Amino acid sequence: MPYTIAEKILLAHTGKKEIKPGEFIEARIDLALGNDITAPLAIDEFHKSGVKKVFDNKRIVLVPDHFAPAKDLKSANQCKALAMFAKEQGIKNYFEVGSMGIEHALLPEKGLVLPGDLVIGADSHTCTYGALGSYATGVGSTDLARAFIDGRCWLKVPATIKFVYKGKLKKWVGGKDLILYTIGRIGVDGALYKVMELSGPVIDRLGMDDRFSMCNMAIEAGARAGIIAPDAITLRYTKEVSRCQGVKASKTKLMGLKSDRDAHYEKIYEWDVSDLEPQVACPHLPSNVKPVSQLKDVSIDQVVIGSCTNGRISDLRIAAKILKNRKSKPGLRLIIIPATQKIYLEAAKEGLAEIFVRAGAVFSTPSCGPCLGGHMGILAKGEKCLATTNRNFVGRMGSPKSEVYLSNPAVAAASAVTGRITHPDKLR
Amino acid sequence: MILKGKVHKFGDNINTDDIIAAKYLVTTDEKELARHCLENIAADFSKKTAPGDIIVAGKNFGCGSSREHAPRSIKGCGISAVIARSFAGIFFRNAINVGLPFLQLQGIDRISDGDLLEIDLAGGIIRNLSKNQTYKTQPFPGFLQEIIKQGGLMNYIKGCQQGLSPTCSQRSRRKGTVPRQDKFRL
Repeated sequence: MPYTIAEKILLAHTGKKEIKPGEFIEARIDLALGNDITAPLAIDEFHKSGVKKVFDNKRIVLVPDHFAPAKDLKSANQCKALAMFAKEQGIKNYFEVGSMGIEHALLPEKGLVLPGDLVIGADSHTCTYGALGSYATGVGSTDLARAFIDGRCWLKVPATIKFVYKGKLKKWVGGKDLILYTIGRIGVDGALYKVMELSGPVIDRLGMDDRFSMCNMAIEAGARAGIIAPDAITLRYTKEVSRCQGVKASKTKLMGLKSDRDAHYEKIYEWDVSDLEPQVACPHLPSNVKPVSQLKDVSIDQVVIGSCTNGRISDLRIAAKILKNRKSKPGLRLIIIPATQKIYLEAAKEGLAEIFVRAGAVFSTPSCGPCLGGHMGILAKGEKCLATTNRNFVGRMGSPKSEVYLSNPAVAAASAVTGRITHPDKLR
Repeated sequence: MILKGKVHKFGDNINTDDIIAAKYLVTTDEKELARHCLENIAADFSKKTAPGDIIVAGKNFGCGSSREHAPRSIKGCGISAVIARSFAGIFFRNAINVGLPFLQLQGIDRISDGDLLEIDLAGGIIRNLSKNQTYKTQPFPGFLQEIIKQGGLMNYIKGCQQGLSPTCSQRSRRKGTVPRQDKFRL
């Protein structure tokens, strides 16, 4: 029976001989992830179950990143719950502030996710790891608690929608623009309970950071997972990571992991994206997408560059290219947040941190912070923010009377200079 | 199980930030979470609900974050069930796992805010007592019905481990895991 890559991974994690979309399965998972918001609830449920030991303390990852470094007393207690559970269960992959990063940038960087893995995370943006050719999906706290017990998860096998991107991308256009464009075309439920398989010559040329951005926002179209078949670029990344982390790269044979030629897709979209310009999602849905040139005179009070979507080193390099020898608009708050400590260090070494500070930016420690209206950049009533994050729902970053626009880091940096949403080419 | 209550009606794409804003995710207490349920789009929602009331919404209900606090805050308000045209994937899981009953219904336009509904969960039948209409929905597959019947995933798992749940696969009982390599034959 021919399968898509997602179906192959799911099948390999069941005891079954075959599976089909719509079917319910009980799957063995390779890795389970929780953060300071979702894990405390899971830890409570785990303790209530009476089970004493987690199924495998090497396959559990705990990252306090949402409200960390703890923004208040209640958050501090939640972060502490993770630390105590990690100690109690001997969970090595607990990342305290100082080694912590935004989970979806951190896990790939630590070599914890590899092609062909089945990963569940109590965080909706777990789908990011699909960029590595893994099946990674967001679940809830109770799912995580159950995984703590027996390393399993119930799943409904999703049908797959294939996206083929053709052509050659223009300057300042990247993965973020491709995924925003995609969500704009199909809507926030355009891939509801489906897998989005991203492919085509444009994807083949895309670097890992852009691929992570794309898979990251698959959830914004309602997808259970986004996935890109592993290729030479994936392999180079995983080899490099494995070398740095001192773990053995054992998955070279997964180079061949891809959808069968005659696999069944529920739908196939094929787009030529050669003329695509940078995209901006306007309030209050990620699908409310317009080309940047159509947004004239949208003045903004704050720019945030960071998050699990666009806080990686290549994102910061793009921002620095634009901000070099420039200043952010007086009165505008520019907040730049590297996603992990490693990225932070790279940004410091490469001189990006200096460029940002000289441009009048805040260069902060890794945290999800403002993206979900947690801390470090909450919006007041009536304020507008352009962010490289992933959601622009009502009140997402603060007051229900504030507005969030989403873009790539180049548009965000250019807009910080002018104080209104701006195409990078329009800068003098 | 028969559920009965007054309808609170909402539109499409009600997201988890609408249901419970992130700033309140510093507690796991259902009653505390309930106080802020849906407040960004329906001020004082929790004060306007009575035990048994029912949320009726459009498509993609519960889209956005994975926060299980969302269905828990709805439960905390005393809401007995959510009826929507469609549900977002993670909310769907979470509702099942925490035992919040929900039903998928295409014809929600026939239901108005304030209508009195009676739901027969097992049969998937909704009676609109205000309008004297009956709507039929697709019942859940057996596997999910079993989780709901047991009152959520954790009870279901307990049942599995004690060998009580009939739909539970043999393999769900605690077993050693396979090594990471050799999962694929290529």
